[in-house]
Amino acid sequence: MVAAAQGRETAARRRVQTALAVAAALALFSVLWEVYKVVGGTIDDRWSDVLPVRPDDLTMPHVWEIAGSFIDPVQRGSSEILAVSLLKAAGFTLIEAGLGFLIGTIVGLGLAVVMLRSSWLDRALVPWINISQTVPLIALAPIVVTWGRTTFLGDTVSVALIAAYLTFFPVAVNGLAGLKSPAPEALELMRSYAAGWSKTLFALRLPAARPYLFPAFKLAATLSVVGAIVGEISAGIRGGLGRVILDYAGRYTTGPEKLYAAVIAAALLGLFVFGMANLAEARVLRGEKQES
Amino acid sequence: MLTPVPAISIQGVGKTFNPDSDGRIVALDGIDLDVDAQEFVSLIGPSGCGKSTLLRLIADLVTPTAGIVEVFGKPAHQARLDRDYGMVFQSAGLFSWRKVARNIELPLELMGWSKADREARSAEMLELVQLPEFGNHYPWQLSGGMQQRVAIARALSFKPRLLLMDEPFGALDEMTREHMQNELLELVAEVGTTVVFVTHSVSEATFLSDRVVVLSPRPGRIQEIIDVPLGDHRTEETREDEAYFKCATEVREALRRVGASS
Repeated sequence: MVAAAQGRETAARRRVQTALAVAAALALFSVLWEVYKVVGGTIDDRWSDVLPVRPDDLTMPHVWEIAGSFIDPVQRGSSEILAVSLLKAAGFTLIEAGLGFLIGTIVGLGLAVVMLRSSWLDRALVPWINISQTVPLIALAPIVVTWGRTTFLGDTVSVALIAAYLTFFPVAVNGLAGLKSPAPEALELMRSYAAGWSKTLFALRLPAARPYLFPAFKLAATLSVVGAIVGEISAGIRGGLGRVILDYAGRYTTGPEKLYAAVIAAALLGLFVFGMANLAEARVLRGEKQES
Repeated sequence: MLTPVPAISIQGVGKTFNPDSDGRIVALDGIDLDVDAQEFVSLIGPSGCGKSTLLRLIADLVTPTAGIVEVFGKPAHQARLDRDYGMVFQSAGLFSWRKVARNIELPLELMGWSKADREARSAEMLELVQLPEFGNHYPWQLSGGMQQRVAIARALSFKPRLLLMDEPFGALDEMTREHMQNELLELVAEVGTTVVFVTHSVSEATFLSDRVVVLSPRPGRIQEIIDVPLGDHRTEETREDEAYFKCATEVREALRRVGASS
């Protein structure tokens, strides 16, 4: 009991330390950003051509301008501030990404089980699965969106499918490795109980695969956001962060800080889904392994 | 005319791995062995003599390439389907995601027992292996010896008439090992099961067994079968007994004759 309480205490302390470290890194980055602007700005024009990024306010808005833009109105005369508008867009994108994650996970796990079951399908599918990830998403997205628009699927499902195209891959690869991870003795044990293939799958292989699957889920979660945003951009779908990024990129010269704010929102959304996957892992695997 | 059916009957059994290729290995050849009900038989021999393979033939985890293996008067395959035996391996092989009690309940779950029955039985088994307060722990929280006791409890949870053990104490330290041997004998006496036990320890085989089967190196054949008439009630004192030393010496000499270094 004492040990458990101590464990909780150190865990809490570690969390506080992590939060402080993250805040410190952000502060340091902001300071470097501003120092670069100041130092770069004092150098004359000829020198500034040598710098990789121009330090002017259009190319690199001040940190406080970017931060301040979150509470500025979205447009002149609008009552909605940018943060709220970005939050709505992020919510829209999150739905597509979540759906994409779900589809990708189901397809990925399904493929892993099928490849486990049949060595013939394993050999047949592996090259295709690898090739699938070399096809640029940008090229694929308009095709998938066209499918969606010409059938009952619709845009949201189309974008989710584009996201799923990225997410199924790590789930399939890690899932298969996880399903194959039980020791031969564990499989013999199941055989000694006269447990068939599906009972062995559910009682042994799938639970044993979970430590392999969660890293894949974390990757898939962030990829699902990337996939959703790329899908939105290439299909020109309204409502999500992809469209917002596209809009602010088009109006960059009049408000560069807004594009930065949108990029930060996209990064935060990625961080959010990653955190959710992390939390799910901690909850599901809690207590099973010795804490290191 | 009822002749008692032996627990295990092995007739003319051989096992060749990869029979059609250059890598063919004759693991076992011409094995004849009967094991009586409630008998404790150890298989001992040099590494690679096929003692583990012989155990797996009884368990129908490996199929013989010659001969017949019968368990309780039926083909080994049927005995496996009937869940006639429990198995314990060198590594406890507990499922890390299941708490101790739920590990013991695993075979019961697969057999479709109700939750209440399962819980009652796992509690009973934990009592039997003297770990009553550990049902709610995860395996990693237990020592190696304790994990192996859980593995034994799991193997016996559905009260099979036969217990197959493949070097179950091989990974334990000497002290724990002897302690586990004492406990195993008590446990086996209590539940009255037949045991086939693979080991490469002479003292372990001698202390535990009614008979020790000495196998020769590849191709594995039965070299000698040594009776160990030390009675049914063996204790710590048995290990210092004159008769025990005599039997252990017999086993050791048989092993030396087949060319084992130990």
